[in-house]
Amino acid sequence: MSQKYFEKLGLKIIAVTLGFSLIPLFALGATIYYQFNSTFQNKMIESLRNLAQNRKSSLELFIDERISQLNTIAQTHSFEKLADEQFLTKVFNAMQSRSKSFIDLGIIDSDGNHLAYVGPYHDKLMSVNYAHEDWFHAVQSTGAYVSDVFLGFRKAPHFIIAVTTVQNNRVWILRATINSAIIDEIVAGAQIGKRGDAFIVNRGNILQTAPRFSGKLLTHPSSPDFSSSRGLIVETVSFQGNETLYAAVPIVNPNWVLVVSEDPQEEMALLFRAHYIEAVILAFGVFLVIIGTVLTTRVMTRRLKEVEKEKSKSEDLIIQSSKMAALGKMAAGIAHEINNPLQIIGDQAGWMKDLLDSEDMKQTENFEEFEQCIKKIERQVNRSREITHRLLRFGRRMETTQELVDINQILMETLTFLENEAHFRDIQIQTNYDDNLPKVSTDPNQLQQVFLNIIDNAIDAVGQSGQIRVETFTDKQNHKQIMVKISDNGPGISRELISKIFDPFFTTKRPDEGTGLGLSISYGIMEKLGGHIAVESEEGKGTTFIISVPQGSSSM
Amino acid sequence: MDRFKVIVIDDEVDFVDTMVKRLKDKGLESYGAMNGPEGLELVESKDPDVVVLDVKMPKMSGIEVLREIKKKKPLTEVIMLTGHGSVEAGIQGLQLGAYNYVMKPVPFNELLNLIVQAYDRKLIEQERDV
Repeated sequence: MSQKYFEKLGLKIIAVTLGFSLIPLFALGATIYYQFNSTFQNKMIESLRNLAQNRKSSLELFIDERISQLNTIAQTHSFEKLADEQFLTKVFNAMQSRSKSFIDLGIIDSDGNHLAYVGPYHDKLMSVNYAHEDWFHAVQSTGAYVSDVFLGFRKAPHFIIAVTTVQNNRVWILRATINSAIIDEIVAGAQIGKRGDAFIVNRGNILQTAPRFSGKLLTHPSSPDFSSSRGLIVETVSFQGNETLYAAVPIVNPNWVLVVSEDPQEEMALLFRAHYIEAVILAFGVFLVIIGTVLTTRVMTRRLKEVEKEKSKSEDLIIQSSKMAALGKMAAGIAHEINNPLQIIGDQAGWMKDLLDSEDMKQTENFEEFEQCIKKIERQVNRSREITHRLLRFGRRMETTQELVDINQILMETLTFLENEAHFRDIQIQTNYDDNLPKVSTDPNQLQQVFLNIIDNAIDAVGQSGQIRVETFTDKQNHKQIMVKISDNGPGISRELISKIFDPFFTTKRPDEGTGLGLSISYGIMEKLGGHIAVESEEGKGTTFIISVPQGSSSM
Repeated sequence: MDRFKVIVIDDEVDFVDTMVKRLKDKGLESYGAMNGPEGLELVESKDPDVVVLDVKMPKMSGIEVLREIKKKKPLTEVIMLTGHGSVEAGIQGLQLGAYNYVMKPVPFNELLNLIVQAYDRKLIEQERDV
């Protein structure tokens, strides 16, 4: 698996993970955005609606109260009393003390003449006759009348409230002028924010109050025409390049329409802040997700690479092991094939030897030569026989036994085989056996073969006058593992060669001294028993073989 | 040494020829066969004391030949020879009644000793039967 493969894999994982994490994240973000927007819009409209409704109620309340006030006065005092200006003045003062909105008060008879008047324009108005005024007729038919705002004689904006009373078959009108400043104040309460506006228009779309931006009193407002609204409406209008939110609600008496406007942008400032926070969090979240994904993927691909490496290592081991097995089979095959010709060669040589024993052959000129040749042939056939037999042992699956053995015992026995050889070469063999070594369930013959081979190698390595040390102990970490350590102070094994010593046919000995199969067979035996052989060596210092035998080993 | 009869059965012609020659030289009456069926015919007709039998042969394996010999001439001693040292075949042979089992290449004198020992055993067995 190349570097490129892992890079590509990493990118794929990152892409998929990012996709799966970011898409929901963005979907969520978008949903929140739109939800916020629509909720906010609704709330905004709702609050505007409430505001308009609220102001409308205030206005209507104000006017109703004035009307009732007048009605109360008209009903509770007699015409004669009220027609008396002095009395009327008292009444007026009483009224004024309660609310400053009354400018004047007058009594008008059914012909339209002022009978009594209290107020600032006494001289001007006393002589006026209202018989031809619209309001005069209106008030007589409806009983209570509220006029539009007008400037009239007085140049200040005001409007009139008049009530008709019928008393003892007499019809008379009580009329008062109201300062529309109060109305303006009530309306002003609906002018919200920096760009919000509110005003009242009559059914002819003439402003009854002075708006902040939308025009001048008693002119048409610079806004859409809401004067014919029937019920409360709220709408967004694109007017003069800007989007403005309008609420218009009709007022019953008088026949006006309250219009409230606001700049949605202004109100939305809060929403924008919320969106901004949301965007920041989203961005941060995205950042975290990306970082997290990339880092995690990196770690994962690194692990994958490691696992891959481990896997190919074990694959290599398996391949190695099967190579060994194939080699073994091949070796056995070859050995088998060779054994037959070897037999025949040996027999021919033997036969020739027998023939040479006859008298007349002994006379032959080259008799001794023949004898020597035959001897050599036989020697070489024997040698070949050794080789093929060893090859066969290497190749075939040996039948093994399994019994409970004492490793120390096996070692002691093995040493007795080699005692003489060692003594002859003046080699000291020291032993240090662990007395508490547990017994092992394994194949004693094969173990002995291994020990024999390794100690024999040690003897050969030391050559003359040296030391060999044989120790047994249990592994410190795993008390079930028995360790046998065989060390010598021979010439040691160089770093280049040490990895090859377990290879079959590898040997540093002369051809007639060894075949190079001993260690590889021993290695194979230990692996099969569930143990292991390890070697440590330093050139000039010596070699140590460490054989580990597991406690409950099986031998196949 | 008594002059007793030996038959050698092996698919290697050089081996059979040399073997028969040398056994004759040692004073034994010996014959050779190249395969199982021929060998069995010889056993039938010559009634040998010892048979030297190769385990791996084409057409009829050594084990089969051994079985047949033991069926027809149970007192004949058989020495099994093999080139690949398969222990299973060896044990099987011994179980079926072979006298011994030897791996090639075997030196002539060793084989001769075995043949003589086999003959001696046959004599003993014969005594017992009688």
